[in-house]
Amino acid sequence: MSAGTEKIDVIVSDIVKVNDLVTRFEFRRSDGGLLPTFSGGAHTVVEMKDGDITRLNPYSLMSDPMDQTAYTISVRRDDAGRGGSLFMHQQVKKGDRMVISYPVNLFSLDLRARKHLMLAGGIGITPFLAQIKQLSRSNGHFELHYACRTAALGSYVDELTSGHPNAVHIYYDDRQQVIDLERLLDGQPLGTHVYVCGPKGMIEWVRKTAADMGWPREAVHYEEFLAPQSGKPFEVYLKRSGKRIKVGEHESLLEAIERAGVDAPYLCRGGACGQCETDVLEHDGEFVHRDHWLEDADRASGCKIMPCVSRFEGRTLVLDR
Amino acid sequence: MTIQFNDETFRDDYTFRNSPWAIKRFPFPFHEDSYMYSVNMERHRGGPKGSVYEKRFDVDEHYLSEMRDRALVLAEDPLRCQSLPHMTLAGWDLLELIMVAKSEDYPDLFELHRNGNAWRWVNKPMGIDHSFTFLDDATLPHGPMEYITRQTQGDFAVLDQRDDNLWMDAGMVTTQADWSLDFDIGMNFFEWHAPVPLAHEMGVFQRALKFLLNVQQGSPARRLNWTMTVNPLLDTSPENYHKWGIQKTELTPENVGAKQHLRVELQTFFRLPRSNALVFPIRCYLIALQDVVSVPKWGRRLHRVIRDLPVELATYKGFVRNRPLIVEYLSQFDDGLPTSDGVWPDLETEPPLRSG
Repeated sequence: MSAGTEKIDVIVSDIVKVNDLVTRFEFRRSDGGLLPTFSGGAHTVVEMKDGDITRLNPYSLMSDPMDQTAYTISVRRDDAGRGGSLFMHQQVKKGDRMVISYPVNLFSLDLRARKHLMLAGGIGITPFLAQIKQLSRSNGHFELHYACRTAALGSYVDELTSGHPNAVHIYYDDRQQVIDLERLLDGQPLGTHVYVCGPKGMIEWVRKTAADMGWPREAVHYEEFLAPQSGKPFEVYLKRSGKRIKVGEHESLLEAIERAGVDAPYLCRGGACGQCETDVLEHDGEFVHRDHWLEDADRASGCKIMPCVSRFEGRTLVLDR
Repeated sequence: MTIQFNDETFRDDYTFRNSPWAIKRFPFPFHEDSYMYSVNMERHRGGPKGSVYEKRFDVDEHYLSEMRDRALVLAEDPLRCQSLPHMTLAGWDLLELIMVAKSEDYPDLFELHRNGNAWRWVNKPMGIDHSFTFLDDATLPHGPMEYITRQTQGDFAVLDQRDDNLWMDAGMVTTQADWSLDFDIGMNFFEWHAPVPLAHEMGVFQRALKFLLNVQQGSPARRLNWTMTVNPLLDTSPENYHKWGIQKTELTPENVGAKQHLRVELQTFFRLPRSNALVFPIRCYLIALQDVVSVPKWGRRLHRVIRDLPVELATYKGFVRNRPLIVEYLSQFDDGLPTSDGVWPDLETEPPLRSG
């Protein structure tokens, strides 16, 4: 049974170019009904039928969680990526029918927090947009620090600063504005939770700084979706299904397994949730682990792989699928 | 069909009875002639018509009497219902889930009229017609979780999800198999399961937690659990053990068929959308052994399961002392014939008891 298989048929009801890199898409149910409510921080997995390839990419929901008429996502164009974001930017038209998953939240607010301290980098702003809407309805206490490259690429800066002038702080890289993280963390009241979403380096910086300053691990929340990366093609034998498959250069191992008609579990498709963890039965070669789920011991054992983002280079790989 | 609600008690004079309809649809938990723990989860998306699995929240002939018993328990001990401050949103989630499900699944019994956040809830069996503002606590007589679970059969554990674990941070628990919400409140999944024997070593809880953390919106799951209870007591709580524990000494060969009950929990799991919490409804069904054995297949199988159960489990489930008496009684209904696979009664196809 694949997790995340609960699907919703939608129509692309609006497409808005936010800036040179980011475009916003709005989805409404094809049958005219209401969408499920969700919790701030949730994502949906969008199915993209790109010729023979079906891509399933996760995007954070940024609309008001209480608004059941439409969902919105923002997609940042990645010219060097495998093509999912380019497909969204170039192929998807208003009025198209698409399929998205029910909302899944791997980055939810800790509702015990007395204060929510949010740190966003670039397109990492999207989950916070929904969380801020959720918190605003319940008079939740939050503070956002949002780093963007330039004012021109600062998605949703105007809406955030005008809507929450005392809670939103913007930092532009090209003006050499940097979040003074140590000072910021040092001044927080007891019961504050920190949330970070942005590039890998930013997440590591925040987690390490907080840990060094004695913040409890449970009070530091992060979300980083890894996009699967391209790599050399490789062959895999799926022992349980008795199928030999080839993983293409621009295809993830999980996508290749699905293309072969084998039902494999998944949730986030970004190396974070652990749902697609797969047992390796035999291997002769090197793993390219890219997830942040497996423990070092799992990697060293050579017995596990996360097929949503990780790859393999070598002669033989046999999986229990 | 319109349900005829029983007027019955689960205490003192114990007038609780199952009708032939209730016996036939009883959620018999054993799919084979033996039992061991397993993470026996399946999706909760309906089931055979008339079965307890058909609706999201099963309503049966015991509804009104169970709600009266719950009110009595709460009047004596308000700590059976608790919700930590961060769980109020989850309480509203649960209220919405139950009101929507019941009004869709039982339109003749329940109605929900929504106009934005102005809601009107009609519970015909309980004579409730109440208008309130969704997400405004001040418009309900109790907190949202307490309000709706005073009108819904089964216990409810509302679990917060964080740090890759589940936390027992709210609940309504008055029909429990000897566990205490007041003791467990604030505990995580491993802490509240600590007393269960054997299963930890088998890795059952790691697997179960992993499954539960991934229960998704729109994809509820379910499983069954079971134990044994002397007399049809819903409230077998640690708090009241001094009242009901002693009743285990009152079994005799003459009364065991009527007094000893098989207690089955239909446990379901729903992701709550606004809070990302998980609600764990635990619905208790009771049946006297004399009613179990009216189904020949169930009589044969229950004898074999109870006879062969590991002693640790009989001890944990609290009937090791009475097991010889129970097995002796059940053995009369086991003629040694094979039983068909699965939990269903198979009344048309399974042979009647061969008189020995």
